Amino acid sequence: MIRAKNIFKSFGTQEVLKDISIDFETGKCNLIIGRSGAGKTVLLKILAGLLTPTRGEVWYDDTNFLTLGKQEVREIRMKVGMLFQGSALFDSMTVEENIRFPLDMFTNKTRKEKLDRVNYCLERVNLKDNNDKFPSELSGGMQKRVGIARSIVLKPMYLFCDEPNSGLDPKTSILIDNLIESITEENNITTIINTHDMNSVMEIGDRINLLYQGKLAWAGNKSEVLESDNELLKDFIFASPFLQKLRQAALEP
Amino acid sequence: MISGLLYHFGQYLIMMRAALARPEKISMYWKETLRQMHDIGVGSLIIVMLISIFIGAVSAVQFAYQLDGTLVPSYYIGYVVRDLTIIELAPTITCLVLAGKVGSNIAAEIGGMRQKEHIDAMEIMGVNTAAYLITPKLVAALVMIPLLVAAASFLAIMGGYVASVPTDLVTQADYVKGLRSFFVPYNVTMMFVKAFVFAFILTTVSCYQGYFVKGGAIELGRASTNAVVVSDILILLADYIIAIIMTQ
Ligand SMILES: Nc1ncnc2c1ncn2[C@@H]1O[C@H](COP(=O)(O)OP(=O)(O)OP(=O)(O)O)[C@@H](O)[C@H]1O
Ligand SMILES: [Mg+2]
Repeated sequence: MIRAKNIFKSFGTQEVLKDISIDFETGKCNLIIGRSGAGKTVLLKILAGLLTPTRGEVWYDDTNFLTLGKQEVREIRMKVGMLFQGSALFDSMTVEENIRFPLDMFTNKTRKEKLDRVNYCLERVNLKDNNDKFPSELSGGMQKRVGIARSIVLKPMYLFCDEPNSGLDPKTSILIDNLIESITEENNITTIINTHDMNSVMEIGDRINLLYQGKLAWAGNKSEVLESDNELLKDFIFASPFLQKLRQAALEP
Repeated sequence: MISGLLYHFGQYLIMMRAALARPEKISMYWKETLRQMHDIGVGSLIIVMLISIFIGAVSAVQFAYQLDGTLVPSYYIGYVVRDLTIIELAPTITCLVLAGKVGSNIAAEIGGMRQKEHIDAMEIMGVNTAAYLITPKLVAALVMIPLLVAAASFLAIMGGYVASVPTDLVTQADYVKGLRSFFVPYNVTMMFVKAFVFAFILTTVSCYQGYFVKGGAIELGRASTNAVVVSDILILLADYIIAIIMTQ
């Protein structure tokens, strides 16, 4: 479990996060949703320790993350996987080298064992036999999937995904969502996903947290989304008239 | 201005302290060091060769011009070219040029990784990025740049020979006599001290400029330019300080 406790974050005079407290549960896909600029990426980076909050605490199970020394942080980090909004693949390395990098750096496995693990992860994201391609030779969706493969190669206990399906077609997007969901459930991972994709919300939203202008505006699961009367939530999820009609239809007895 | 300098200096020290930590995996660092040695050493050989030959040639020709009509014996040409290049020109000019070539390259490479979130991605994996990105470059530079400087001083002396002997500014026997006169081994020590110090400056300053880059393409370009300008200034400053300390 990852717990955010009264997180505040300002850049200069701009308050980006205001008093965020959320429990992210183990073995579940925890979603953070919100409009562009709501503070999702900032919150995720704070949870991952890439930014420090102005105030507040981050707990990884029983460990208070922000009080740890550099070495202890690195030990926790080996149990963390992260998919970046822009994939962040190392562009002078092949797909295989990218995915193998954490194994090379942190394990003493043999070549064969590493290759097996890389191939397993690639198969998992439906990218078998793309080992020798460079990131620039892949489509955006394929890059995202390589990013996922790289983030799970060390069998993380915590997985962060920043907009795993932005810029992807609905089919691929669902494929990636399902992939993240099954990895999460199989390995009992604490997964946190940033998204503004409504398909994902309804597909994999075990726990949904809506950020609005840096505040937590609503929290619940996907079935509660439909029934909620929260104006901000309705405004965000059912943004188009088409979706509003769908909601009406779904709620009619 | 002063507080800005102090801020950068402090941040630089913090970065260097993180960079000198124990490597996570020696083999990965070693692989990266070899790659950097190749980039820095082999990649800079041609330009260093060209520059040092011409510097030697120009020194010889101009010194011959200054000697013309004086009572100073012509074998002094060999002696002056040798000491001039060993003490000053080979280490300083070579490192100023390498700051432009290697330094800007390092700043652009690391800065690009920062902007594309590669550094964050490595941090999340648990990699000590300051160490992994800086130490191999530093070690490679500390090995390769003194070698390049030694090669440069040798080539400059050859350049002086080529420019002055076939053109009858000095006879071959005199040039060689000059090379063998008044030789002070301590000067070679001074050359290597300078080479080490300059190599350290240009690598770490360039890493610093890249590592803390923000923003986009314009900032990246500026970081790369800053790497060269700041390295050059610090190299010249260090040159002066070493000259004072080591010639006392
Ligand atoms: N490094 C930074 N310096 C200053 N302000 C920042 C920084 N990073 C983010 N912000 C500000 O924080 C706010 C939230 O940004 P954030 O990237 O978290 O949005 P987001 O919810 O992830 O949006 P999107 O869905 O578009 O990715 C924005 O107003 C942004 O201007
Ligand atoms: Mg974002």
